[in-house]
Amino acid sequence: MRVHAQRAGALLGGLMFPAWSMADWTLNMTPGVTGTSNEIFSLHMIILWICVAIGVVVFGVMFWSIFAHRKSQGHKPANFHENTLVEILWTIIPFVILVVMAIPATATLVDMYDTTESDVDIKVTGYQWKWQYEYINEDFGYFSNLSTPREQINNRQAKGENYLLEVDNPLIIPVGKKVRFLLTANDVIHSWWVPDFGVKKDAIPGFINETWTRVDKPGTYRGQCTELCGKDHGFMPVVVKAVPEEEYNTWVAEQKVAAQKERELTQKDWTMAELMERGEKAYQTACAACHQADGSGAPPAFPALKGSPIATEDMAAHIDIVVNGKSGTAMQAFGGQLSEVDLAAVITYERNAWGNNTGEMVTPKEIFDYKNQQ
Amino acid sequence: MSAVADTHAQDHHHGPAKGFSRWLLTTNHKDIGTMYLIFSFAMFLLGGTMAMVIRAELFQPGLQIVQPEFFNQMTTMHGLIMVFGAVMPAFVGLANWMIPLMIGAPDMALPRMNNWSFWLLPCAFLILVSTLFMEGGAPNFGWTFYAPLSTTYGPPSTTFFIFAVHIMGISSIMGAINVIATILNLRAPGMTLMKMPLFVWTWLITAFLLIAVMPVLAGVVTMMLMDINFGTSFFDASGGGDPVLFQHVFWFFGHPEVYIMILPAFGAVSHIIPAFSRKPLFGYASMVYAVGAIALLSFVVWAHHMFTVGIPIAGQLFFMYATMLIAVPTGVKVFNWVATMFRGALSFEAPMLFAVAFVILFTIGGFSGLMLAIAPADFQYHDTYFVVAHFHYVLVPGAIFGIFASAYFWLPKWTGHMYDETLAKTHFWLSFIGMNLAFFPMHFLGLAGMPRRIPDYALQFADFNMVSSVGAFMFGATQLLFLFIVVKCIRGGKEAAAKPWDGAEGLEWTVASPAPYHTFVTPPEVK
Repeated sequence: MRVHAQRAGALLGGLMFPAWSMADWTLNMTPGVTGTSNEIFSLHMIILWICVAIGVVVFGVMFWSIFAHRKSQGHKPANFHENTLVEILWTIIPFVILVVMAIPATATLVDMYDTTESDVDIKVTGYQWKWQYEYINEDFGYFSNLSTPREQINNRQAKGENYLLEVDNPLIIPVGKKVRFLLTANDVIHSWWVPDFGVKKDAIPGFINETWTRVDKPGTYRGQCTELCGKDHGFMPVVVKAVPEEEYNTWVAEQKVAAQKERELTQKDWTMAELMERGEKAYQTACAACHQADGSGAPPAFPALKGSPIATEDMAAHIDIVVNGKSGTAMQAFGGQLSEVDLAAVITYERNAWGNNTGEMVTPKEIFDYKNQQ
Repeated sequence: MSAVADTHAQDHHHGPAKGFSRWLLTTNHKDIGTMYLIFSFAMFLLGGTMAMVIRAELFQPGLQIVQPEFFNQMTTMHGLIMVFGAVMPAFVGLANWMIPLMIGAPDMALPRMNNWSFWLLPCAFLILVSTLFMEGGAPNFGWTFYAPLSTTYGPPSTTFFIFAVHIMGISSIMGAINVIATILNLRAPGMTLMKMPLFVWTWLITAFLLIAVMPVLAGVVTMMLMDINFGTSFFDASGGGDPVLFQHVFWFFGHPEVYIMILPAFGAVSHIIPAFSRKPLFGYASMVYAVGAIALLSFVVWAHHMFTVGIPIAGQLFFMYATMLIAVPTGVKVFNWVATMFRGALSFEAPMLFAVAFVILFTIGGFSGLMLAIAPADFQYHDTYFVVAHFHYVLVPGAIFGIFASAYFWLPKWTGHMYDETLAKTHFWLSFIGMNLAFFPMHFLGLAGMPRRIPDYALQFADFNMVSSVGAFMFGATQLLFLFIVVKCIRGGKEAAAKPWDGAEGLEWTVASPAPYHTFVTPPEVK
């Protein structure tokens, strides 16, 4: 009984006062772990101290006047209202300070823009609301979704240490190598930011932006999407794991094998039960954010699938909208995002879940043929 | 016989009409000014209520009060209402009341257009606010409404939002034309341009900015309208367009817009500080040139809002240098205000308190603006709470404190009564503390890595968010006190003299308090 009371108390405390259990009063920018982020940090500190110095002088004079030149103290007002020399000086001095400031800023900027001679190239694609990482020279890629449970977000469970900053599949990069990122987006503009790297760049649909980093310290680094991208903008974190080079090479080899296996699954003969099981998982990661876990959607932007004509009537139309999306709406083309197996599984699941008991199924092979015909 | 007819004609022209038609049909600059001010305060409370919803949701991590869909509608509507509904109309209201009084004109130059430009505003905001009750909800893409989030992915109400923006734009342009026509044509004999009060100067320059950029805003929303409803692809790469084009066009409007919201406050503060320092404004000519320089530079810095979109390095450098340059004229203005106070005989009635807080806090907002101008550092600041802190520091203690300072300064002239000084000082101190408590911690949140426009956040941001929310509630509640003070002042209070402030200068103090319905029917002589 007491144990239960304690647990309930701890849970309640965690729910009510996460602030106190995770007290953190960070005041300043992180210096980060890369050359770029360190240079940015020092620029930030220089300009901050310049501002503080100007502030001390200007507010100093002002507060002196406030204390010493009050009418209630019987101070008689002077009558001066211009002084050409002073006015010229306080135009020129700030200008000189700015020129001095612009020099290191320019040098840092030139360095940040130099994306040449990279060792690893990774294509980063923003989706509503997840990131896709493709290792373009290694022929594999994957999605990175928020892994914080809904229960924590809705305050039904105590929040974990990395609340909202944790994903299922982090981006893996080798330490000590120049990694170039090619950024784009599938739907709206997103922005990919890792504060510890000093890297932030917009991911724009239809265009490719470039940026780079070189991380020397192994570790896990966390950031977030920083361009408003719709409903779940606050729920698409960036997590990057920097690992030693050997570990990175082993991991890449494993991923290539796994990608190959995944492609072979298309040729396997799938049963209804297998597709339903896989479909439920794929639905949760790819579809549930909009259409909801119970298929009820959030009309009018995100229609319900439960009992909808698309998911219960013509199968070809259903395959078409999932594979090709619907232009002019938030419905994305999943043909390029999901494997044939996942596409088949999701469609089969949608046609048989939540009372949509059509009893129909589509196999990965059929999806494969459908895509080839297009 | 003819004497009777004359009296009748004079009655007709000299007193306000009775009832609602006085307000609906009025062409009197004082009535229209009053309506603008009341409208803007109503919008300030509405936009403020939305800010309270935002801060209540952000009081703790997790989703408690609203869902992300509605949170995004709140941030969007809060921004739109505060910018277009509260700050801009408040300055137009002050312009209507004070410009004719300051330049010795009988009214605005285009009185009927004046009436129309006011009455368009409630219509525009009725449309905008009604989107909250439409299927799919209100605009949810931020007050900057970046495409394609606002076009392909926008809610069905976006078209209504576009229509509302068009109407507001027409209203602003007509208001600006009226201000320019009044200032250039109706000045009292002897008032040369370089003898004009600074509030008139800053409004003249603001009006030119409005005429230059409101059509650009109208253009960009029209392009959205075409993309949404008529199948064009201005902002859609799959049809040959470019989402970044939207941002270039929007910020070409947007950056001068931020000066539209601050320049008239510069002008008002340049009257209030000398009045309560009992000493002439330091550097009148350099003040005028500085405002002109700021206005010109504001047209060539727009891409500093877009340092992370991937513009080429040459563009990046140009916009960084141009932006840093704005610090020079802005610095000149701050130095001038401080030099005006230096060796004066200072007293601290409510207008002066707000004006001094304006100088200090606006300068802090200017400092963070200078930091944001450093392009490499902006990669870390961009779209974080540091930016939210920055623009609230220039808008709340900048624009809004400027408006409060003006209101207390001129309330005796408007109502004929002195406001309650004790209550006004209470209003100041509660606003000052609440505002700093709300917005200063946002600098820390941004530097620690909290993005803006998120309904929920990681645990390390919890403490400062709680502090910020407490400050915001305090600031918000305090504004009801302002309403009380103004109503009390209108209903009664100590009789105000024609010139209630011993250090004040200008033609507006030569007419009785309250200012008669018609003033300067014969123009005064300015030496």
